[in-house]
Amino acid sequence: MNILEVKHLTKEFGGLTATSDINMTVEKNAITAVIGPNGAGKTTFFNMITAVYQPTSGDILLNGKSLVGLKPHQVSQFGITRTFQNIRLFENMTVLENVLVGMHQNLKSHWIGTLLQLPHIRKIEEDARVTAYDILNYVGLENYVNENAGNLAYGAQRRLEIGRAIAAKPKVLLLDEPAAGMNPKETERLTNLIHDMRTKLDVTIILIEHDMNLVMKISDSIYVLDHGELIASGKPNEIRNNKKVIEAYLGKGAVSNG
Amino acid sequence: MTSLSAFFEKIAQSKKNQSILFLAYVIVTGAGLFLLPDSTIAFLLLLFSILILYYLNLNLRAKWVTGIVILAVVVPFIASFSDSYQTYMEVGTLVGIYCAMALGLNIVVGFAGLLDLGFIAFFAVGAYTYAIFASDQASKFMPFGHYPLSGGAFWIFIFIAAIVAAIFGILLGVPVLRVRGDYLAIVTLGFGEIIRILLNNMDHPINITNGSMGIASIAPPNFFGISIGSSNQFYYIAFAIFLLVIYVVRKLEYSKLGRAWKAVRDNEIAAQSMGIPLVKTKLAAFAIGASFSGMMGVVFAAKQMFVDATSFTYLESTMVLVMVILGGMGSVPGVILGAAVVIILRTQVLTNISNWLSAMSSNYGISIPPALSPEKMQLLIFGILLIVFALYRTQGLIPHKNRKVDVAALKKESEQAALKREKTASGGADS
Repeated sequence: MNILEVKHLTKEFGGLTATSDINMTVEKNAITAVIGPNGAGKTTFFNMITAVYQPTSGDILLNGKSLVGLKPHQVSQFGITRTFQNIRLFENMTVLENVLVGMHQNLKSHWIGTLLQLPHIRKIEEDARVTAYDILNYVGLENYVNENAGNLAYGAQRRLEIGRAIAAKPKVLLLDEPAAGMNPKETERLTNLIHDMRTKLDVTIILIEHDMNLVMKISDSIYVLDHGELIASGKPNEIRNNKKVIEAYLGKGAVSNG
Repeated sequence: MTSLSAFFEKIAQSKKNQSILFLAYVIVTGAGLFLLPDSTIAFLLLLFSILILYYLNLNLRAKWVTGIVILAVVVPFIASFSDSYQTYMEVGTLVGIYCAMALGLNIVVGFAGLLDLGFIAFFAVGAYTYAIFASDQASKFMPFGHYPLSGGAFWIFIFIAAIVAAIFGILLGVPVLRVRGDYLAIVTLGFGEIIRILLNNMDHPINITNGSMGIASIAPPNFFGISIGSSNQFYYIAFAIFLLVIYVVRKLEYSKLGRAWKAVRDNEIAAQSMGIPLVKTKLAAFAIGASFSGMMGVVFAAKQMFVDATSFTYLESTMVLVMVILGGMGSVPGVILGAAVVIILRTQVLTNISNWLSAMSSNYGISIPPALSPEKMQLLIFGILLIVFALYRTQGLIPHKNRKVDVAALKKESEQAALKREKTASGGADS
């Protein structure tokens, strides 16, 4: 069953075409990777799915419903959340609060109820803190609960972004270069986490990543972008031997000479 | 030396010692004010006990009760023996008014990160809302009703003004939220001036605000037949509203809405991607912040018995912003301290120094030109203060600290919840 379908997605910034005519179908519970050289339009593609940008043309369907024209917070409420390539945490809030913000759309505590200190609102907040702690435990940050998010180490910040994103209980989780700047050990831990999330949280994962080991190891299917166009898609071993892909990464001479 | 530090350590550890020393401080400064009733220094030292109380390592509820008792009973009682009783209470009322306003601006600037340079506009809206109906001004354009309204209406108007100011906050917010950062600051500055100029000119074609003449002879509030006219009575009204404002701010700060504000402040794009509606969240900050100002506007109008647009200049907006920045953006105790410091500096300290200097010049023949008196150099002094703070203490007097949760308790609760889940799961399997 396809959970996410992208049809002829195009984005133009003035005269510059960032992505053109991208098609993608993502099966429920799959792990899909989007790869390509720098400037290929991968993050633009993510930004369109999460409504940070509106596409120039094309359509995005989640479970058959179009997401085009929605606001970013509505897309999140529909069930797509993401992490960011250049980490975007709430730096002056604690690690726990960051996860609580992630849970925002699932918390039914109105501010008037908060002011009146209604017992069921207090219960919601208390339960939310416990759930947030569980999530921190899950991504391995249980020792930094009260720390300011901005003070965390780089790898920990990436994990907190993932924790915050899964706190929103997404159907589709977009990870933008989750392993960037991580050492091999951290990357391995991340790989395990991504695998585990798929089964345990029943979530569909799409990730942008440059670490080919990671991509080949965990992806069910791979989409390759270059200069804003989709040049190849398929299973990892198909992509590995695809001439166009090798060309895009290593230059035209690489294939004929090699 | 070591024995001295050991002594302090011992005090810090024992709650009993702390309470005794604190009580001694209050008694000594209280007696000081009683014996030297006209000494501003004695008055300020007594008020300083509130700051000491804030830093004591005591039960939170006990601290609140003590603080309220000191401000509501001890200070007014001792001050009532002084000739300057009304002056002291006037200062207290002003501190209360500006604290509430600064806390309102703190929601907009400190929590939601929206720089507002026209905040005094909401204060003006509140003040005029009451002034128009509590004087015969309303009869000039209202076809029905009998004005001025009776003094009892004051209490209802506190809430009406809160709502009206909140509506104005939203009116400001809707167009303004398209811009960010510096542009936002400029648009809010413009809004503040527009409100002031409107108030100054709305005497034609229909006379609503009486223009630059202002609205005079505003009816005094009435509390179960007692007419409220003096500063010591307004002090309690301002104090009560101030307590209400603190309650609202403290509860909201760590609620879902408060977290949304801070998330928007720290990173708009990430906040949106977490399902936070940007416009609604920002409008809530504008509306709630404005409502505090509106309420205090009513108190201000009733206290002055006269309002005109000159009380609501850009300078006043800046003063409220100075309170927030000086105290510490986003920090509730900081902002309260900031407001108190600015008001006391303006109304007490600078005037006193000016008087002292002029006394010096007449007694000892040292001539200080009047243009150099500290009272006239207020703006220079606040400017220097701000620069010093920007250089050496960017976080303000009491920097904001995030509330820490009890991790051990959370862990325990989490484990219990996990156990419960397991039990129900296995129970389901058995049956």
